[in-house]
Amino acid sequence: MQAWHFTEMPYPDLPPSDQMSTMRVSLSNKYYDPKIGADLYNRYLDEYMIADDLGLDLMVNEHHQTATCIDTCAPLSAAILARQTSKGRILILGNPVSNRGDPVRIAEEMAMIDNISRGRLEVGFVRGVPYEVFASNCNPTETVERMWEGIDLALAAWRTVDEPFNFEGKFTHRRQINLWPTPYQRPYPPVWITGSSDYEAISRAASRGFTFATFLQPHETVKKLFDCYRANYVDCGQPGGGGVGFLPLVYTADTESEAEAGMKELLWYMTAKTEPQFRNPPGYVGVDLNVKALQGAFSGRTDAMRSKGLEFQRDQGVIMYGTPDQVAEQVKRFYGLVGGFDHLLMMQQAGHLDHARTVKSMTLFAKEVFPQIKDLARTKPTKVLAAAE
Amino acid sequence: MTAGAIRRDFITVLDMKVEVERMGKGKPVLVLSGEEQLEQASAALADLAKDHELIFVSPPGFGRSERPDWISGPEDLSFILMDVLSALNLGPVPVIGFSLGGWLIAEIATKDDRFFSKLVFVNSYGVKIGGPFDRDINDIWTTHADKVAKWKWHDVEKGKRDFPSMAEDDLKIVARNVESTARFCWQPYMHNPKLTKRIHRIKTPSLFVWGENDGITPVTYGRAYSQLIAGSKFAAIPNAGHFPHIEQPEAFLKSVRSFLA
Repeated sequence: MQAWHFTEMPYPDLPPSDQMSTMRVSLSNKYYDPKIGADLYNRYLDEYMIADDLGLDLMVNEHHQTATCIDTCAPLSAAILARQTSKGRILILGNPVSNRGDPVRIAEEMAMIDNISRGRLEVGFVRGVPYEVFASNCNPTETVERMWEGIDLALAAWRTVDEPFNFEGKFTHRRQINLWPTPYQRPYPPVWITGSSDYEAISRAASRGFTFATFLQPHETVKKLFDCYRANYVDCGQPGGGGVGFLPLVYTADTESEAEAGMKELLWYMTAKTEPQFRNPPGYVGVDLNVKALQGAFSGRTDAMRSKGLEFQRDQGVIMYGTPDQVAEQVKRFYGLVGGFDHLLMMQQAGHLDHARTVKSMTLFAKEVFPQIKDLARTKPTKVLAAAE
Repeated sequence: MTAGAIRRDFITVLDMKVEVERMGKGKPVLVLSGEEQLEQASAALADLAKDHELIFVSPPGFGRSERPDWISGPEDLSFILMDVLSALNLGPVPVIGFSLGGWLIAEIATKDDRFFSKLVFVNSYGVKIGGPFDRDINDIWTTHADKVAKWKWHDVEKGKRDFPSMAEDDLKIVARNVESTARFCWQPYMHNPKLTKRIHRIKTPSLFVWGENDGITPVTYGRAYSQLIAGSKFAAIPNAGHFPHIEQPEAFLKSVRSFLA
């Protein structure tokens, strides 16, 4: 089991929640103070360096136009960590290749970070959550097609070539692709993909030997997603050898009540408001799901989930908190419920959770929880086909 | 439906099935519906169908027409619709285009003047009038649905639809129409930046009918659009938003009937 520290780098100093209709896309940036922002960026990067010292791996991501995440460029934060840390693996989960476009540029940046870190980079590709299309103006009906074309091109670009090659796809055209630098890892860094409901994408990722991760889903859903991955996995000789990851909110403390208080701070992330028009842009999900939405199937579902409280969410595995032994127990239970997993991606900081309390939780996790779960066996795909077969 | 049954048919062009529906009897009038396809059920068109044969063509992705992935925008739709019109062999006929349908009229008429004898644009998208920082057409996709409804309707009560009680097949069309609109009109948002450099080619008699209280394509946009076609007429319909034919059928019919006569 690998354990990864993660924060979305939130900017929590906002007006009271009841005075805001949204924290994403259209929240006025007059509420952003660069002096506070500068302190936050440096603090969050310090916490990643502490995580590295503690023996944890490091995961970063990016979002746009949102107070929940001011890391707007994961390659930048990964590049800083590549230079300022020395041990931990660095995972970008991920590059929003559809929204960003320019997969060759992404491949170049990843190769550079992989060189600077001497092969510690893991490269995720994500479709991007619905509200992201508004910042990028990517057509929401095309994000899946764009993502796969972009991944295919990035993987091709990472390979060494005797001479430049051209690419004339639907969304990207390049004449002379010939990366300088190439990645440090051969043929390229481990590739990750995320998902929460799109089984076709999961089997597609599995059949290419990518690592698969899902975030904040209840354990029954996670089991189904992981089963789908394992049933479709093909060993394509990827560094890392594939595997599955799960992201819960995690808070570890000396006492359960202290842990509960810490978890309540982290849950700021789950209560972040988004205006309804940003939640389901047209064509982001298929016609059948939108028919169900028109029939009223999803109204109030999120509120219902929230109202069930901490214990319910802990039971689902979406949040893990308590004393070190309790957290270790929760990880092991989840491992059993989902048929095993390989990467615990931990959002250990969110909202107003301050530096001291974040570091205390991270430290307790690294010193007292991680040793208890470190040796949980790597998962085995249900059928392993060599790429050559 | 006062004008009687819809006669539905499919025509195949470029290996895709395109839906063609007919309503009423009399001189043919082609109708290119808006992206929500509310027109067939409107009292105004039912009235027009009393003495016209209304021919509705659903562009790929709308209604029951197929939508291959290669189609990316209204310009593609216009070429496909020209193939459909050639196959239907209607001769020059009057056309009424609502909203996105009006944009499609402009795309077709700038390319080929053989299909239409008269053009009626109703609260249509299609051109870019202002500069990069001007929002000519208000953004239905970044705005709360309640506010969008107020933009669309002078009287929002008229726009309310009871989705949960609709048949699943009809809801599929509703959802697919929304998806196709985004697929074709997301960027550039609801316009073709080249259209203002082509629209002078349109010499066919044109009428613009515009709901005065439209908050999506405001009446100032409609007037500027109409001025790009020499000799076009403009009829502003008071107490109506984006759907003047639904909110003010009598005023709408008065303008359209006198133009078609």
